[in-house]
Formats: sequence, C-alpha cells, structure tokens
Amino acid sequence: MIGVIDYKAGNAPSVANALRRVGASFRMVSSPGELEEMTGLILPGVGSAQATMDSLEELDLIGAIKRHVVSDRPYLGICIGFQILFERSQEGHVPCLDLLPGHVKKFDPESVRVPQIGWNRVAFVREDPIWANLPAADYFYFVNSYYVEPDAPDLALGRTEYGHRFCSMASRGKVYGTQFHLEKSAEAGLQVLRNFISISEGDN
Amino acid sequence: MLTKRLIACFDIRNGMVTKAHKFQDNIDIAKATDMAEKMYQDKIDEIIFFDITASSDRRKIDIDTVRAVAEKVFVPFTVGGGIKTLEDMTEVLKAGAEKISIDSMAVRNPDLIRQGAEAFGRQCVVLSMQVQKVGKSEKIPSGYEIFIDGARTATGLDALDWAKRGEGLGAGEICVNSIDCDGTHDGYDLEITGLIAENVNVPVIASGGAGVPAHIADAFGIPGVSAAIISSMLYSPRIARNYSVKEIKEELIGLGIAMRPY
Repeated sequence: MIGVIDYKAGNAPSVANALRRVGASFRMVSSPGELEEMTGLILPGVGSAQATMDSLEELDLIGAIKRHVVSDRPYLGICIGFQILFERSQEGHVPCLDLLPGHVKKFDPESVRVPQIGWNRVAFVREDPIWANLPAADYFYFVNSYYVEPDAPDLALGRTEYGHRFCSMASRGKVYGTQFHLEKSAEAGLQVLRNFISISEGDN
Repeated sequence: MLTKRLIACFDIRNGMVTKAHKFQDNIDIAKATDMAEKMYQDKIDEIIFFDITASSDRRKIDIDTVRAVAEKVFVPFTVGGGIKTLEDMTEVLKAGAEKISIDSMAVRNPDLIRQGAEAFGRQCVVLSMQVQKVGKSEKIPSGYEIFIDGARTATGLDALDWAKRGEGLGAGEICVNSIDCDGTHDGYDLEITGLIAENVNVPVIASGGAGVPAHIADAFGIPGVSAAIISSMLYSPRIARNYSVKEIKEELIGLGIAMRPY
C-alpha cells in the first residue's frame, strides 16, 4: 500500500486526485504508526521548507520518514518533499532530513525571474524504471524559487535549464524526488506516478 | 528552457462557463467541469476560473465546482473572485486549486496578499489587477490607474506602483488585465504589461484583448511576460472565429516561441 503523507502545509488532496486517476490504491497517512505500515510513501509539497519541516515535526513524522528512507523502501518526494531529503535549505537556513548529500539553493534573481513558474523540459540523465514509457525528455510543471544541488553527482536523474542547468530529479535506490509537480504535469506526470506505483508494488 | 504558458480563463456562474458582453448579457457556454476537461485534453497549460459563485448565495465560492474540476484536470488551476479572507483561500486550495487570484479585495485589504503568501507560499498568490489608461499625471506617473469591482471604481492607485507593492507584499505572479483592451479582440495592452514586467521580478501574465494567435505572440515578444490569458478566442460565440489550443500552439511554435509541445 502507498501512503500519501497528509500534513497541514502540503497539497495532499491534489496528489490524491492524480493517484485516483491512475487507479492506484493508496491511503492518506498522518501518524508515525500509519506511515510504518506503508510499502511506499509519497510526500507532496508546496510552500516553504520551514513550514513543511515544522508541519512534519508537529505530527511527529520525521523519525518515521527517516526510517522509511534509510531502509530503502520506495519513497517519492515532490517539490518541497524532494528538497527536504537533503541536508539543509538556504531558505531560512532550515536543517532538513539529511538523508541525501547536498543543499538547497535559491535561483539568482539577477539572472532569472523568481519563482520559476511554468512548464520546463526535463532531460533524463540515466536509466531508471521511473521513466518507463516516457521519452528521453519531457515537459513538467515547475513552481520553485529554490533548487537542489546534490553533492554526489550520480544522484541526479533529471536535469533542467533555468538560468543554468540544475538537478530537477534525483534518486538513490528506490528513493526518488522530483522538483516538478507530478500531480500537475498532465499525462507525463501521471505516467511517472504510475511508474512509482509499479516500483512500490514490485517491492511488496 | 522554461516555456511560455497559455492560460484558459473562464467566468463561472452556477457551475456554468458564461460569456458576458460589457459586463452583461451573459450567455451560458458549457458546464464548467466539461469545459475544463476539454481544455485539459487539448493540452492547455493552465486554467483560471473567475467569479466562481454559487447560485444560492452570490457571494459564496462554489467549492463543489472547484473540487469537481480538480478531480479531472491535472494542470495548474487558479480560482479568483469571491475570495475575501484567509479562510476562503484555505478552502479553495484544500478543494484542489493550486493558486488563488485576488484583485479588488487585495486593493481593499493589501495585507491579504501577505497573509496568503505567508500561509501557503507566494507561488499560491496571483495578484490580478484591472488597469486603465488615464494619461500620465503626478499621481499616476505610469499613466495607468488601478480600477476595482468589475472596472467600475477608480482607486487613485498607479498601476506600476501597485504592482511593485504587490510583489513586495508577497504576490508570486502578477496578472495585468487591461480594461481598455478587454473584449476588443484587438490585442493586449503591451505598454503597461511591458512596463510592469520590466519592473518586477515575479512572472507577469498578460490579460485582456487576445483575438488571434498573433496577439499572444506580441505579448510573448516582451521579455518578462511569462504567460497569456485567453478566453473569447477559445470559445466565445461573439468573436469572428474560435481557435483550438492546438492551432494556437502550432502558430506560436512556428514563430519560434518556446511552448510546451502540443
């Protein structure tokens, strides 16, 4: 079973709509006990790293998320749910989950409009089942002022151009994160969700 | 490379897409959910619903329609009109919309922009502004004034000042809606849209006046204009001809504009 983490600062209802559309069976989860029963976890995200970390802290979910990721069970973090996998965010200097090596940085407002809002091209940089049935590059919907800079170059799974090339998707094992909003990226986003479901089900 | 966005805009009354002429003579075009789904299938980049009010109480936001659309449409979806408080914003976002657009209420209570940005992130807050050319003066240095309440009430605010102030308060996008151009099908007001785009760092949306794809190309020719709102040219029976999203995108791509492919 897939659990969608439902917390105050997130947009779990939109992700739930997308999962329903692809026919996934899932449950909304918001307590450590519920999280621990799940094969796969999806952490949706909008807004700020601080509000997200605070919200997860309040529900006492930090430990359960960390245990899930460390044991390489399927995880999919979207936008802020992706960013907080890393050590620290420049956004308010917030310490994050520290599960992947790297930092979250702000786009340079001198060179690009911030936030980045709109459809941008993601080029897939290595083979992975998460890209099943998609072309080598596709368009996804982004809304972000910050981006991830992983310290290990092999983490990057997708790259996107906005002022410079940044890592728009990363993975290690079955732990995935996308900077773009899969739930708002039309059929391409729905396909990635379908692929994540297959990966999670294969883990059952 | 970030592509330019094509945003379909609909006025919604009682769950129906309607088209007014000079703020009256509303004719119903289609069910809001059906129209939204059709646009989604046609690969529109984004959808905005305005004045989405329920029949039982004209002032109440039609949350059921918001929810029904969010279940069928997997592109960003903005709701505007009728949002007066942080609670209204919360309700709309929890129903599945990505963003809220505030206009007259932001003028009445600018702190609403700040509250929304603080609670949900600035990306959720679109500041929509109705601008009219009034000529340059000491009070209105840009030559464009902000109007509210369906273009009926002048505010004495300079459009460029208001845009900058809105950005400072936390608006994540600014939608410049020209009262002069709206409904003319003669093209966007490029002057004020360009002036605002030059002076703010958040994405700017051109709105009001598009009649043919070339008008959209003109707006996208201005650096900093990230998106264009289209309405009549998609579905109004009161325009010379309607265009499909595909036709519009083909023409824009043909002109070398970066768009999400059809």
